[in-house]
Amino acid sequence: MARLQAREPAAFEQLVRTHGGRMLAVARRLLHNEEDASDAVQDAFLSVFRAIGHFDRQSRLGTWLHRIAVNAALQKLRRKQWKPERSIEELLPAFQEDGHAAEPAVAWEEPHVALQHQETRDYVRRAIAELPENYRTVLVLRDIEELDTEETARLLALSAGTVKTRLHRARQALRTLLDRRLRGEVP
Amino acid sequence: MTCRDLAEFLIDYLDGDLPAEQRLVFETHLRRCPPCEAYLRTYEATIRITKLVHTETCPEKGHTCPEELVLAILAASRNPTLRSEPEA
Repeated sequence: MARLQAREPAAFEQLVRTHGGRMLAVARRLLHNEEDASDAVQDAFLSVFRAIGHFDRQSRLGTWLHRIAVNAALQKLRRKQWKPERSIEELLPAFQEDGHAAEPAVAWEEPHVALQHQETRDYVRRAIAELPENYRTVLVLRDIEELDTEETARLLALSAGTVKTRLHRARQALRTLLDRRLRGEVP
Repeated sequence: MTCRDLAEFLIDYLDGDLPAEQRLVFETHLRRCPPCEAYLRTYEATIRITKLVHTETCPEKGHTCPEELVLAILAASRNPTLRSEPEA
């Protein structure tokens, strides 16, 4: 860390080589294409280079870098044109007038078993990508990047209540998309 | 409590945010309603799957930074304006 804060080029190179892959993985999860993800990682490291002198050595470097990568990817996401997307409503569970489920849920096969298949993993990633952007972003930050509600709300300039509602809707919508596959109806 | 209510309060239940009395009503409904029990389990599975599919156990999502990106970052980092705030 002392070498990093003294801005030694070799120390920066080691930092990039050690942590660049993980930061790229974070950016890929939030952004839709490789070019944007690479740009976000480059932006993130430039932020790191600017701020490394202020890094608190009591903090975990990996956690600090993770937050910077998330921030850079979100900034990139905000600058992108919104694409037409499906409504979340059509993916939420439907109910009869008396409050019973219109289509009663059935159990799935064990996730660990299902995810042993490459096709199922690809299917899950496509399903996540299919969620409306406002919901997908919250799902990625909370359930994949494991940020808490308050930090997610701060990063997205939303209330904690809105984050919680969007997370619940995103999980419900994703569950709908995964249902046919994991109850075994899609080969 | 209806199945619709249960689906709405699911996240509060899992987060432990339901008041004790409401939690009891929720769990009573769950015990009597197999579709809601299945919905809860598949909702929990969705959370686990979302995480699992992005972990290192999935080999296609390795954590390697392409060499050309490493070199681009290092080239950009040599910009003198980035070095204007050295730490004492």
